[in-house]
Amino acid sequence: MTTATQPTATGSSGEGPDIQSSGLYSRQLPTYFPAALLVVCAAVASGAFFLLGAFHPVPVAAVTAIGYLVAVTTSSAVVENNRRAKDRLVTGVVYCCFAIAVVPLISLLSTVVVFGIERFDLYFLSVSMNGVIPSMDAGGVYHAIVGTLVITGLATVISVPIGLMTAVYVVEYGRGRLKQAITFFVDVMTGIPSIVAGLFVVALWIMVFGPGQTNGLAGAIALSVLMIPVVVRSSEEMLRLVPNELREAAYALGVPKWLTIVKVVLPTAVAGLTTGIILALARVIGETAPLILTAGMASTRINANPVEGDMMSLPVYIYKAVRDMGLSGEAGVYAEERAWAAALTLILVVMLLFLTARLVSRFLSPGKG
Amino acid sequence: MTTTDSSETAVAPRGKRRLGDLVFANSARGAGLLILAILAGVALFLIVQSLSSLTANEGNFFTSSEWSPEAGPGEEVRFGVAALAFGTVLGAAIALVLATPVAVGIALFIVYYAPRRLAALLGYLVDLLAAIPSVVYGLWGLVYLVDQLQPLYRFMAEYLGWIPLFAGPVSSTGRTMLSAGIVLAVMILPIITAMARDVFTQVPQTHREAALALGATRWEMIRTAVLPFGRPGVIGGAMLGMGRALGETMAVAMILSPSLVISPNVLQSGNQTIAAHIALQYPEATGTGVSALIAAGLVLFGITLAVNMAARFVVSRRKEFTE
Repeated sequence: MTTATQPTATGSSGEGPDIQSSGLYSRQLPTYFPAALLVVCAAVASGAFFLLGAFHPVPVAAVTAIGYLVAVTTSSAVVENNRRAKDRLVTGVVYCCFAIAVVPLISLLSTVVVFGIERFDLYFLSVSMNGVIPSMDAGGVYHAIVGTLVITGLATVISVPIGLMTAVYVVEYGRGRLKQAITFFVDVMTGIPSIVAGLFVVALWIMVFGPGQTNGLAGAIALSVLMIPVVVRSSEEMLRLVPNELREAAYALGVPKWLTIVKVVLPTAVAGLTTGIILALARVIGETAPLILTAGMASTRINANPVEGDMMSLPVYIYKAVRDMGLSGEAGVYAEERAWAAALTLILVVMLLFLTARLVSRFLSPGKG
Repeated sequence: MTTTDSSETAVAPRGKRRLGDLVFANSARGAGLLILAILAGVALFLIVQSLSSLTANEGNFFTSSEWSPEAGPGEEVRFGVAALAFGTVLGAAIALVLATPVAVGIALFIVYYAPRRLAALLGYLVDLLAAIPSVVYGLWGLVYLVDQLQPLYRFMAEYLGWIPLFAGPVSSTGRTMLSAGIVLAVMILPIITAMARDVFTQVPQTHREAALALGATRWEMIRTAVLPFGRPGVIGGAMLGMGRALGETMAVAMILSPSLVISPNVLQSGNQTIAAHIALQYPEATGTGVSALIAAGLVLFGITLAVNMAARFVVSRRKEFTE
């Protein structure tokens, strides 16, 4: 009887004190109980650790969580029933899962900001590492920013036409076996490890130009291999969202199919397409491994020519600085500071791209302009 | 799938083929074919360029753990991927075991537990984890996380040391396979979560309401209606995450203190993954060295290709069932 009469969220509107006391409802913990219990647990845990003199947020949080889960389950089992107790336990566990995901995010972002801000200034952004020896308190990321812009810019120029046209083929033209094959292999291509994309270009370059050739164009092609499938997937989804009535209206007016796509379908989907491309760009801008293989690690000077010699980029700059962290004395300290400042720069660039994507999708979408 | 087919129902006007139509349709098809060609090219070029070292190899490529592909005078070329392949799978396995349950929990939280208004924002927060470049994960793991994990490792070695996996002595630097696996787990968390969220939101409302109407608690509703429906999606998502973890390079290359041994002791330094090995060795490699690294990359390509195709197969089977 008790199980069949549990109040649900929708049934609570009609409940009054009379029904509560009439025995129709089983006993229930008050709604504020979980929150209050959590506060008590946190207070007890931090108090205990404080008295022991070993206060640290992580073990305190862990003890609080375990204490809360045990307490809420037992008290629910005593006051309510076992099924409710299990439900409350799972609710607690699910909240914990989310907390576990947020901890590394906050930890990582705060570490990067705290350590990165030391060296992050206009000087750092506006000079290169040309002529800087490891023990010098100098040098910056300008050449890496230039390299990142050139390489990812070229990668975008290569990937967008190929990706977009493939999406157009799959959505507007494709049928049968070929369409299925393309859809499937684009999915598979999404999973190519970035280092394999780098090796692909290395193998290609050895065959075409001979061994040991590294330059920005090679890096851009490697990044394109990673970027194309992402562009195809997002564009495909956006083109599918375009209502069929628009296409039919254009056909009814005698517009050829290709003009319908160019003048009706693509402009309707432009906000979504742009957002997808920016997000794909944000994904590849942090790729390191393929650029180590294809664009080299040696460059310290400003090089904006993609077909001439090594080209530095922000992620490779970070990796190179990390390798220099092992140097003794001042040199290691400076290298670590540079690594964090460059990491902050890279994260800011990625966040900026994310923000742009959101703004584009908000202000360019149809019916808003 | 109905949206897919709707575009084909709108038939373009027949009549004489216009030049623009021909050019546009063929360039669209050409772009699609180019993608297939690129994928075939990746496999083909890797095979061609790895041949020179594989034929010169005196050791067994699949069972040997040595790595000396650049022979000096009077030396033999010997290299193999056994230790590397073991390390790759071990790292991905650790990441998968740690990330999958948490990712399912997060997906449940966002879809069924979080306050409606906050849900989108909280989901966005988890997606941010995917936006952080792997080299930054590596830097964070190396400088910050490994020190924080040291006390935990000592605790595990002391009380769980009887399990062979956690046998001591604990590495003094913390740059172990477990540290790399934990960072990999954080990196694949958003991938599995996104997939699980997708299927959990697709659970038919009628199923969920039927469970609730029978008096089920929220957990019972999830256990009886949501999880059985979502299982293929979760499995597919986990495999996609595994594909990512297998191929992840920089975080492992920066965190792990490598050695080419097959050792299951995740608390001691040692082991190495294929991807990280390539990234670390490539800058100094020449000739057969490069070719040998390409051969290792070919193995990685094969493994990830198999995992990804299996994952896509699982996910696409689910689509057939639900329609």
